[in-house]
This record gives sequence, C-alpha cells and structure tokens, in this order.
Amino acid sequence: MRFGVVVFPGTWSDCDFHYVISEVLHQPVRYVWHRERELGQLDCVVLPGGFSYGDYLRAGAVAGRSPVVEALRDFVAGGGIVLGSCNGFQILCEAGLLPGVLTRNECLQYRCQSSHLVVENVETPFTRGLRLGQVLTMPISHGEGKYHADPETIVRLKQQNLIVFRYAEADGRVTKASNPNGSLDNIAGIVNPEGTVLGMMPHPERASETAMGGTDGLLIFQSLLGSLVEDGSFLKR
Amino acid sequence: MTGAEPKVTLDLALEAGLTAEEYDRILSRLGREPTYTELGLFSALWSEHCAYKHSRVFLARLPQTGSHVLQGPGENAGAIDIGDGWAVVFKIESHNHPSFIEPFQGAATGVGGILRDIFTMGARPIAILDSLRFGELDNAKTLQLVNGVVSGISWYGNCFGCPTVGGEIAVAPEYAGNPLVNVMCVGLVRADQIFRARAEGPGNPVFYVGNKTGRDGIHGATMASATFDEHAEERRPTVQVGDPFTEKLLLEACLEVMRTGAVVGIQDMGAAGLACCTSEMPARSGTGMDVELSRVPQRERGMTPYEILLSESQERMLLVAARGREGEVRRVFAKWELDAVEVGRVTEVAELTARLNGEIVANVPLDLLAEAPKYVKPTAEPPGLAERRAFDPLTLPEPDDYGTALLALLESPTIASKEWAFRQYDQQVGINTLILPGSDAAVLRVKGTRRALAVSTDGNGRQVFLDPRQGAAMAVCEAARNVSCSGGEPRGVTDCMNFGSPERPEILWQFAEAIEGIALACRALELPVVGGNVSFYNETSGQPILPTPIIGVVGVLDEVSRRATQWFKGAGHRVALLGPAGVSLGGSEYLWTRHRRLAGRLAPLELETERRVQRAVRAAVSAGLVTAAHDCSEGGVAVALAEGCVTGREPVGCDATLPAGARADLVLFGEGPSRVVVAVEAVRTREFEGLMAESAIPWRWIGTTGGERLVIRVGTEVPVDVEIGQLEHAWRNGFERHLA
Repeated sequence: MRFGVVVFPGTWSDCDFHYVISEVLHQPVRYVWHRERELGQLDCVVLPGGFSYGDYLRAGAVAGRSPVVEALRDFVAGGGIVLGSCNGFQILCEAGLLPGVLTRNECLQYRCQSSHLVVENVETPFTRGLRLGQVLTMPISHGEGKYHADPETIVRLKQQNLIVFRYAEADGRVTKASNPNGSLDNIAGIVNPEGTVLGMMPHPERASETAMGGTDGLLIFQSLLGSLVEDGSFLKR
Repeated sequence: MTGAEPKVTLDLALEAGLTAEEYDRILSRLGREPTYTELGLFSALWSEHCAYKHSRVFLARLPQTGSHVLQGPGENAGAIDIGDGWAVVFKIESHNHPSFIEPFQGAATGVGGILRDIFTMGARPIAILDSLRFGELDNAKTLQLVNGVVSGISWYGNCFGCPTVGGEIAVAPEYAGNPLVNVMCVGLVRADQIFRARAEGPGNPVFYVGNKTGRDGIHGATMASATFDEHAEERRPTVQVGDPFTEKLLLEACLEVMRTGAVVGIQDMGAAGLACCTSEMPARSGTGMDVELSRVPQRERGMTPYEILLSESQERMLLVAARGREGEVRRVFAKWELDAVEVGRVTEVAELTARLNGEIVANVPLDLLAEAPKYVKPTAEPPGLAERRAFDPLTLPEPDDYGTALLALLESPTIASKEWAFRQYDQQVGINTLILPGSDAAVLRVKGTRRALAVSTDGNGRQVFLDPRQGAAMAVCEAARNVSCSGGEPRGVTDCMNFGSPERPEILWQFAEAIEGIALACRALELPVVGGNVSFYNETSGQPILPTPIIGVVGVLDEVSRRATQWFKGAGHRVALLGPAGVSLGGSEYLWTRHRRLAGRLAPLELETERRVQRAVRAAVSAGLVTAAHDCSEGGVAVALAEGCVTGREPVGCDATLPAGARADLVLFGEGPSRVVVAVEAVRTREFEGLMAESAIPWRWIGTTGGERLVIRVGTEVPVDVEIGQLEHAWRNGFERHLA
C-alpha cells in the first residue's frame, strides 16, 4: 500500500507517521510537500499533526485552502483514502471534507495525555479489523480538539453511522469525565459517508510500538492494509 | 559617522551600564570617543549576561574535558559522543528576568532561545526540560506567574514540535520576587556533522536568516544584568516576543541548508542579537566582519543602527556561507519562506565594521569588544550563616501523628505531582519518549540504535543556601543519580547558576563555593561540564533568591530495554534501601513545611560512596534485577516509599521497617545523599544480593510491596500506617489544588 504523508510548514507528526509506516508496517511511503497538486500513485494520504501555517486564523484554516488539499478533493472523489490525525482532522473540517469544526478545548489549556476510545463503527477501511465496542488506548495532544457541529449535522452523523471513535472510560463507558476536551457527544473521530476519509484527534502513530507504551494505533493501520488485501472495494480507483 | 546620534559622554556610558574604568579602557584603546552605536555594542557585549565578567574566573574551575566530549563550553551548546556515530548536543539556560516581567512571552522565548542553541549546532532538538522556581502559591501574583510561565512553555514547545519530557517545579518564598525559568534542551546530531559558530574564510558571504528585526528586546542583555525594583514592569518592552511557527521553519531550513555543505558557520542571534553574532563569530576565528545594516530585514521603519544591532527579535540566525554557494542558501530559505539576505562579508582584519548605507557607524577591534574585562570581586561568608547551620532540628517537637505529617509532605507543592503542568506539554512528539515525565529521569530512544538517552535536572536552593559547596555537589549527585536510577550512565553536565547580585560579597561567596562543589562532584563522578549559563542579579528590592544552581545531566543506556522507573510494579517484590545511613533534617523539606525553618546542617556527602551506589544501581537495572529504582530526595525515605506506592498507574502498598536508633522524624523524613530505594522480584533476590556484595556499598532489605496501605515501622514502633488512596490523593492534588 502506497502512503503519502503531507508536510505543511509547521507540521510535526510527519516524521512519526513516516517512521511507523516504513519501519513498523514496512510499507512504501513518501512525503508530500504542501505545494504539490499531484497525488497520483498513492493509495492513502496522511494529514499529520502539528501547527500547519502556525495555525494562524484558526487551527487548520490556512492549510484547508492549500494546493495539496485542493488536490486531495480529486483524490477523495476518485476513491483515495485519507487519514487526518490531530491537525489533520482540523484541516479536513476546515476544508469541508468532513463536517463540523474543532474549537478550543473546554479547559482552555493544551492537553497531552492518554485517552481511551470506544469503537462505534467497524464498517470503514480504518476500523474493519476492530470489534464494535472495542476500547483503544492512545494519546491526545492538542489545544483545539473540542468537536462541534450544528444539531442537524450531529443527527446526520448518528443516523449515517459516521461517528467512528468516542472518548470513553477504560471499560468503554462514554462519560463526561472521560471527555478530555469537551467534544460534543465525546466525539473523537468521524468519517465521510463513503468511509474513505477519517478525521481523529488522537495520535495512532504514537501508539504503534510496544516501546511507546501500546500498539492500539497500529490496529488502524492494519485494518487499512487488510482492507486493501482482502477486499479491494474500499479502493474504488 | 552619523551626526543624528547623541554625543557619547562618560555619563551616557554609565547610564549604559559601563563603569568609569571600562569606559576609560574603551577610550584609550580606540584613541577617540566611541560613537553612540559603538557604545551600545560595548554596553551589551560587556554586560554580565554576555561577558560573564564576574563569573569567568570561577567557571574555569569546572572540569570541561573527557573522552566523550566533542564540544565543551564556548559554543552555542556542548556536545558528547554517545556511540554508533551519534552525538548529543545539550545546554540549559535561564530566562528568569523576562519571565518575571512578562511570564508568558518570557518563558516562551526562553524555550525558543535554547532550541536555537541546539539546532544551530546542526542537531535536531528531541527533548526539553524545565526547571522552575516560584514563590509560595498563596497569592494571585505568583499563581499568575505559574500560569503564565507554564502556558508560555506549552505554547512555544508544542507549536515548535519538541517534546517536554522533564524538569522540576519547586516552591519557596525566596523566589516570590524572582521566579526561575531554566530551560534545558537536548538534540541529536551525527557526531561528524556538528556545526560551529565560526566565521572562517575572509571573503565568505555573511547571511542574515529567519525572522525580521524589530524594536523588541533591545537591551535585554543589559536588563538581565541588573537587579529589579518596584518599577520592574516598566521594562516590559525589553522582553522579546516569540513566534514558534517561524522557529519551526527556521529549524527545518537550517538543517536542510547544513546538508548542502554550503554552510561554514552559524550562530543564533540571542542576547545582544546581531551585535553578538557579528563580533563573537569572527572573534572565534581570528577574522573580522563588515556588515551593511540597511540590508537587514526590518519590520519597523526608521530603525537606527543602534537598534538594528541590539534588537533581540527572535528566530534569527547569522550564517557564514562558502563563497560561490550563495544560491543554495537562498534556495533553501526561499522554500521555507524565510528571509536569507547577504548582509556582509568575512574580512581579514579582526575588526567589526558596521555601515548604514555605506557610511561607517561602528568600527571596533574585536579583541577589545569580544574580550570584556574580568573581575575578581571580594567574597565573604554571609553573616549569620554559621548560627543557622548550628541549629539542631531535634530541639523541635516531634509530630503527634506521623501519617498526617507524611501526607502534608506529599501535598507540599515541591513534592506533589506536577501533572497539572506536564499535561499541558506535548511529551511524545518525535516518538522517542520511552519514560514520560513523572519518574526520576526521562528516557528517550535513539532510533536506529539499541541505545537510549536518560535526562534529568535538579537543584535544591535550601541545601545550597545552608552549605553552597556541599549543596551544589549534592545537586550534581542527585541529577546523576536520577539518570543512574533509570539505567543510564551519566556522560555530561550542563549547569545554570542562578544567584543574586555578584557585586555583593556574600552572593559571590555563595557562587564561588557552589562552583567548587560542582567541580568536586563532577571530578569524582567523571562528568565534564560542557556548557551552561550564569544568571546573576536575581533579586528584587534587595531580596535575593536562594542560591540555585540547576544541574542538567545527560546519560546513555547501551541497551534500551534495560531501563527502570520509580514506581512499584506489583505485590510481593522485596524493597531495599541502598546507600549510607546518614541523614539530616537540616535544610529538609520537612523542616520547612512543618516548622517553617531554613536551618541546620546537611548530612555528609561521600563522593566515593555516591559513585559506587550509582554504579550498583546501574548494574542492577542493566542486569534486569530491579523492577523499580527511585532516588531518595526531598522528604526522605518515607516520601520515596510513598512515591514508589502511588506514582505508577496501579498503586500498590508496602510494608517497610527502618532501623531504630534515632527519632522517627529524622529516620523517616531526614534527607541525605547517595540513597536509592529499589524493588526486586522475590525470585531474583539471591542474584541481587550477590551483585550488592560485589558493589561494596552499604544497603539493607527494608520491606515488601503489597496490600492497600503503606506501613513504615521504625524498630518496634509503627509511626506510619496510611491507606494508599489517601497518599495518592495528597500527592495528586497538592500542587493542582492551588491552581484549579
């Protein structure tokens, strides 16, 4: 599976994704510079964490209008798979590729801590290797991760089963105490209706090796790889 | 020369912070009056902050060499060889004065400055540690400082993308008017690709790269070289404003341009900005520099030569390129959308020549400008110190309830969990952090090798106040011991010396004694001091801080999987106390929190014992014999045991017995050097005993983990028997409750 990791000025999880994809998953991967307009040959584009363009204006706002994100629209229309984590989720929302917006954490502080995610949708290429209700543990690291959308959007997300991950307790119960940033309905990650674009605030690349304290993040990548091998229907191109 | 600038007189020179003798020296060497711009150069470069006028003679006492040293003091940062072709570059620096005036930007630009010191050497920063000191958390001003400093560090480090993995926060009233913000940064570089701040090769072009120059931070170096009074906040314009996004671009651009081979030398524009770079770089190489100031990218109109040279705008570097390779430099910086402007040339003559539109505004010999006068000022032991030391803490009453006394210690802000701060810092970006903040030392892997780095900072102002020589030596030992407890072999030291005004004999005495203590400990532990920083004048309205040397130690683990953390891992593990029995309540956290006393003698320090204990701990960790190793520091063995019980993810109890023979408060809470608590699985005890016998150190089994309570017996008495939930609650909330 051919991966591309997008680098905006101010991106900082690019090297971490690159490392996990090449050294842990042993998959081909290249960096994609933010000015590139051609994403051909890639199967999956990763929008990593960081502060793209300094997150000036709003987190992800400038990057959401960058050349590479314009190219991403065609890539998605053609069935390409996109994983946006942290700043990448913010960019996908700002670009309109996913609904809603990520605003300042309710505590008004940055939060870097371990979080538990309950899996709510296993019918995406990112999660088909997981069980419904499975609890994943991986870190968050953000100042603007509070998911917000208008009530109609939230209803639609629920009706169409587009909420993939919610912040939860270790046993999978979704509680206020387990919500680290005040997200509506504890939302931690959502997909587009086609299931090909995933945005999530947590960092799967930081939970992909035992040495780093856990491998739950790797399950997402492995689902992706499994999707390609077992069932090409998620890759419509 | 320009006519618009004020005429330079002795009065003006005095106002600029020079002494009459220094001004005379300039006059006689130049053979004329300096221009206003030149006076500015001398004022900044001869300031204590830049020139170490009062400290240099003492700093020479520190051991600075060793077989692993690739770069000692005198460059932007020190460098140590760690094997496999890799080097670690590290340094600690203070940003105390700016952080008091404007905590958010002061702390943020402190992070920015030390990051640049690391990547200007060609290293990618992989870890930040912050050593912070504040006044007591009982007033709005201090809480505002704590909030401002922590959020400033969080903002800059997180946006830049370097994890904050360690450091400490301690609280004492002496820091109320002068908080300390010391930031250490660690970077990785190939050992044969280290860059230096040199201006070799006359004719080579000089590039200004990075952010534009504004009027912020002018006189920052001079500000940091004077004490504060009640008007301190009026100095706010001297604090710089940071932009971590630009710094991130500057990092990537610098590392990329270094890979082209077009870079001859490079220096961060820190204190005294362009003036410092244009004089220090050629001075190190025996060359000169000729720069045209009108070419300097500026974000404000009408800046004078004086302002352009002395601005401390952030995120800028001065780069000397190889002649003929200018295009490569421009191309890389254009890619990262940063300015890279050729502002001058390296010259043969050892002079700094600065021009504005061709007209010379400064022309000074570099051996004069870069060689500030050194002073050996008088030192004197502070009056009353001998009486303070003579105080016997055992004349004070014992606590009625030792359990309550232990809980009070665990919730004292210095000992309690600092999670409130650390969860605001990204701790993992780079995916190297194997041991997160909260253990004795942070451990980071070196990708592509079996090795890892262990890093820690330490410094106890009370101990140094009571006995500067031994207190400073103990700070070195403790930082190194923390590294050893994680399994790392200490390889190098960086020190940040925070003191009051060196013009006062008793402060300079503290400083001189502390340096002597650091030198003694470093020699005994075979640790070179490869860089550091001196911050004097930490006093407000005549009230100095506790003398506070902060010691940063970097160590190496040869086998990344052989590492240890401080918390107990489960029930049934035997607990041992390694190290000497000698402890004291003098200068202890217990004496302060319970009795509000800063007095007494420190327990004796035997450096040979210290060395052996650390070696024994490392051997036990690397043999996989211990499941936890934790240094005994503030709060004594009782607090170390309590921390073993509650600082991990799954708290576990412990039942321990300490030998009687002294009052229980001394046995439980007394502090002394060279002591470590370890836990050993029952099946490994025989092997562990064998290793300890070979190590020739004092040690004893003191207990076993398990249950829901921490029980500590002293002889036949049971002074401590507390439920671990209570201990955990006190430890987790002691700091945060003040800030919620």
